[in-house]
Amino acid sequence: MTKPKTTRFDTLALHAGARPDPATGARATPIYQSASFVFRDSDHAAALFNMERAGHVYSRISNPTCAVLEERISALEGGVGAIAVASGQAALHLAIVTLMGAGSHIVASRSLYGGSHNLLDFTLPRFGIETTFVDPRNLDAWRAALRPNTRLLFGETLGNPGLEVLDIPRVAGLAHEHGLPLLVDSTFTTPYLMRPFEHGADLVYHSATKFLSGHGVVIGGLLVDGGRFDWTEPGKSAGKFPTLTEPYAGFHDMVFVDESTTAAFLLRARREGIRDFGACMAPMTAFQILQGIETLPLRMQRHIENTRRIVAFLAAHEMVESVGYPELPQHPDRALATELLPRGCGAVFSFSIRGTREQGRKFIESLRIFSHLANVGDAKSLVIHPASTTHFRVSAEDLRAAGITEGTIRLSVGLEDAEDLIEDLSRALYAAGKS
Amino acid sequence: MRIEIKGTSTYAYTGSRAFDPALPTIVFVHGAAHDHSVWALQSRYFAHHRRNVLAVDLPGHGRSGGEPLASVEAIAEWLAALLDATHIEHAALVGHSLGALAVLETAGRNLERVESIALLGPSVPMPVADVLLDAAKADEHLAYELITGWSFAPGHQLGGNQQPGVWMTGNALRLMERSQPGALYADLLACHRYSDGLVAAGKVRCPALLILGQRDLMAPAKNAVALTAALAGCRVVTVPDCGHSVMTEAPDAVLDALRDFLCS
Repeated sequence: MTKPKTTRFDTLALHAGARPDPATGARATPIYQSASFVFRDSDHAAALFNMERAGHVYSRISNPTCAVLEERISALEGGVGAIAVASGQAALHLAIVTLMGAGSHIVASRSLYGGSHNLLDFTLPRFGIETTFVDPRNLDAWRAALRPNTRLLFGETLGNPGLEVLDIPRVAGLAHEHGLPLLVDSTFTTPYLMRPFEHGADLVYHSATKFLSGHGVVIGGLLVDGGRFDWTEPGKSAGKFPTLTEPYAGFHDMVFVDESTTAAFLLRARREGIRDFGACMAPMTAFQILQGIETLPLRMQRHIENTRRIVAFLAAHEMVESVGYPELPQHPDRALATELLPRGCGAVFSFSIRGTREQGRKFIESLRIFSHLANVGDAKSLVIHPASTTHFRVSAEDLRAAGITEGTIRLSVGLEDAEDLIEDLSRALYAAGKS
Repeated sequence: MRIEIKGTSTYAYTGSRAFDPALPTIVFVHGAAHDHSVWALQSRYFAHHRRNVLAVDLPGHGRSGGEPLASVEAIAEWLAALLDATHIEHAALVGHSLGALAVLETAGRNLERVESIALLGPSVPMPVADVLLDAAKADEHLAYELITGWSFAPGHQLGGNQQPGVWMTGNALRLMERSQPGALYADLLACHRYSDGLVAAGKVRCPALLILGQRDLMAPAKNAVALTAALAGCRVVTVPDCGHSVMTEAPDAVLDALRDFLCS
């Protein structure tokens, strides 16, 4: 039987979006460290400005190195296109402001990265955008939170730090039933572990700072459009997204859904969001993230392998009260994880040690290989105490709801020899037990 | 822009410009399971350079009502009806793939009305492989995947889009997924059965341009040799390292070729 001509994930991770540089033959993607790009003539200039020709004008709007990264993540996610931005937070902000303005409402999982929670709970209300937070496992809660002015549903593929597995098919189904898109933060899983578009999500973003770049050396974000959501569906989405469906005075009265059937969201995000809010990615950053993505499949395999060994070690340790990893039998999302994340549930997870807060402090300070810092997804193993750091602005009630206690410790498992990591954890647990 | 044609509501993209009867008109006609958006860059350029642009959604495609038309001849009749409905006396017609066949047939039937034609990715005849027809008939996703795999030159399968941030093959696939059930099969069958291309070409009296992808697998450049001979004095532009999705793979080269032809 004739098979479609496709390129597989690991090959796309190395090649998608890139070709040898036509000017020099350079095999690596060049870092186009240029703010602007020359026009052939006046007509060419005007045509580029008015979206009559394809190309680059100014690196805030687009840049050749960033464009390679944008194509690569689109290919890996199975989307139609992407925008590279300054950080994961910039990606979340860009998604929201592209879709809505004052008077709009979001329904979001309450198990979010603390920074995302801050944006939704404290900052966006100042601009007239409100958010209702819900238990990500409770579909009825998602449904009950919907309002006539709701414009977006939002969650993380794996909740932070509790690793609740977002039931993307069901939440997306609810969203689509009401003519709304589902935005997913896929930072913890990367497209290697899950491709949310295949399960019904409409928009995906990443903090590329984490596993995509993989080495903790850059800050960057990627926002990907799945291209399936119909922004004009009668009786559903029609009328809800005027930023995409009505003339935009800020760009020659362009109606973005008229220009692109599949990528209207991306067009608006680039032609307004990046242009006006300006949170663009630097080409050097894009290059470093591209370097990281080249080895994403290999690194994710090792991350998962190490994580499984450490989870097994901790789950059996007398000083450990609980381990929250969706592959464990007692985890409430185990079945869902088996369905959505067959390759593994990431390399970030939390566990609680028995004892006092002081013993928790002693544990962290006794570690020698794990670095105590605020990041995840590094090649090096990391540790943090969420209640006093990443989630310290979250109320006690919300902390409890998110499954975070004073004893919760979050690990990001790196690529070191697993035996060394287990020895490090064992030594620190012993020290905590003795303190 | 909405146009009523034979009782059916039709959508045509005008490049964000109001239709001006005083300006010359270019009609863009898409290929199988596509819509007006495949012409976004090129049509927008002409709309902002003193031309009326009608990048249509054929019946049963995109935002147009009705059912997909069953033959190239039927599409040609429909295009003539479009000109009637919009009171356009003369127009240049630009078509891609199935759209190119429809433009050719229209030009052969409306010698006074069609001022010039540009055919992108034409093939006369345009036989369609059984495996593709069968998959399209069954509305299998395989049909979209096969077309996507065959429509881009090898280099472009891995990207390198001139349009920043857009993944060409993913976008092409998603556009076809949006087509209504049966549309692709109807379109492919119309291509497969169209046998009068050279007859139509022999009647054409207006200037003609052929834009061919050097590495087009869907409509190989060699299949345009007889057409080139039949279209007296036609201009041929072969775009290097390009497949069937020439407007997407080489948008600037296509626009330059169209501009040189239509504005000269």
